[in-house]
This record gives sequence, structure tokens and C-alpha cells, in this order.
Amino acid sequence: MTDNRRAFIKKSVAFSGYAIFATGGLLTSPEATAEWLAETTSTNILQQTLKRLFKDQKIIESDKIDIRIPKTAENGAAVPIAVTSSLNNVESIAILVEKNPIPLAAKFELSPDLEAFVSVRLKIAESSAVAVIVETNEGFFTASKKVIVTPGGCEI
Amino acid sequence: MSSIKIRTKRMDGKMQIRMLIAHPMEHGRNRDARTNALIPAHFIQELTVKHNKNVIITGNTGANISKDPYFAFTLKGGNPGDKITISWVDNLGNEDTQDHIVK
Repeated sequence: MTDNRRAFIKKSVAFSGYAIFATGGLLTSPEATAEWLAETTSTNILQQTLKRLFKDQKIIESDKIDIRIPKTAENGAAVPIAVTSSLNNVESIAILVEKNPIPLAAKFELSPDLEAFVSVRLKIAESSAVAVIVETNEGFFTASKKVIVTPGGCEI
Repeated sequence: MSSIKIRTKRMDGKMQIRMLIAHPMEHGRNRDARTNALIPAHFIQELTVKHNKNVIITGNTGANISKDPYFAFTLKGGNPGDKITISWVDNLGNEDTQDHIVK
């Protein structure tokens, strides 16, 4: 009899445990956590950002984009970058820092009244490639340059 | 005082537009040195530049832009007396606008 009772108590405790687990599961859906994990642990965040930004558009490497950025930066908190392009009909210029937790730094939509030129200052957490994507009416073009950030750049 | 400083310079039929905006541009991963609490993200999300009444630049910016951001663009043409209007909106809903008359 005692054994039976113990078994019953064990089962009921286990069952209520499941119930709590189930309701907890409703609040934080497993899909959401899975997605979050994939997003943060993926080594290819840049590719995902590109996919989200430009859908599945073809991005072609181009030598008509000129990126002026220091090869080594002592202070990753403010790295000047200037982008010029000799491509025709530039519609937008996007700047991405490959190894930053969120790669996209900025995307500017430029009217035809503007020259294909943008200059900003970037935060770069660690040595990384900086990619520029230029959108024209003929498609997307990209170029990138590597920047070495000397230690201490993380606390920006 | 406005948070936006605007400078323009005309040369060879072009006009350089430069701006400096006072903004913390926190990306949300920094910690307060004293309390060790995370500093919430606070950065400019939208930047709009108007030439007279035409919008010439719309920018989406993220926290990868340095603190007190600086932006420069080049406009084709541009005459003395033209009006440049720059405005920004950040992720907390703050905003600011500044006009500048080209000399």
C-alpha cells in the first residue's frame, strides 16, 4: 500500500511539473528561442543581414567603388570612412562592418541630385572587413576593405 | 541649442554638405562604469536631408555609427540662399531639426 501511495505522489508531482513546463513553454515559444539562437550563434551574420536587406538580389563585386578608410585604426570608436563610386545612377549606399554584432552601420538613399559620395565615422569592435554595397538601377555592387583595430576597441 | 551643426561649402559647381550631430549613439552593450548596469541602446535611426523642399537623402543609421556622428555628402549644383534642412529621429522617439542657409 505504501509503495502505491509513494508512486501516486511521485506521479502527481511529476505531472504538475509537466504542467508548469507546458505553460512556461507557451509564454516563451520554443520557435522564438531557436530563432534567436540561430541568429546570435551563427558565424555568418553578414550573409543573413544581406539576405534580409537585399532579399535574394545578386550582388556583384565591383572595382568602381572606392573606399577610403585607414588600414589600422587605433581607436575603434571613430574610424573615418569615405565612399565614392564611379557607377552611374546610384540609388543607395550601405555600409556594413562584418564582425560587429549588428553589421549594418548605415544605409543612405541618395537622390539623383547627389554625387555618389558618403563620409561617416564608424565604430568597429574588432579587426574586420568593412563592406560597402551600392545600389544602382542596374543592380547591386559591392566592395570591401579590411581594417585592423588595435586592442581596446571593444569598450566603445 | 540645436544638436545639429551644418556646414556647406561650394566649389567647382558642387556643394559639400557636412553635419555634426550631438548624440550618445549607445549600442546597448556598454556597461555603466559605476553601477555595471547595461546602458540601454540609444541611437539615431533616421536621418533626412532636404535641399529647399526636396528630400535628397534618407538614411537609416544604426549603432555602428560613432558617438556624435559626422556625415558628409556632395550635392551637384547648389546656389547661395538655398536652404538645407537636416532632421533626425532616434530609437527612443527623440527628434531634432535644423535649417541652414547656403552662403
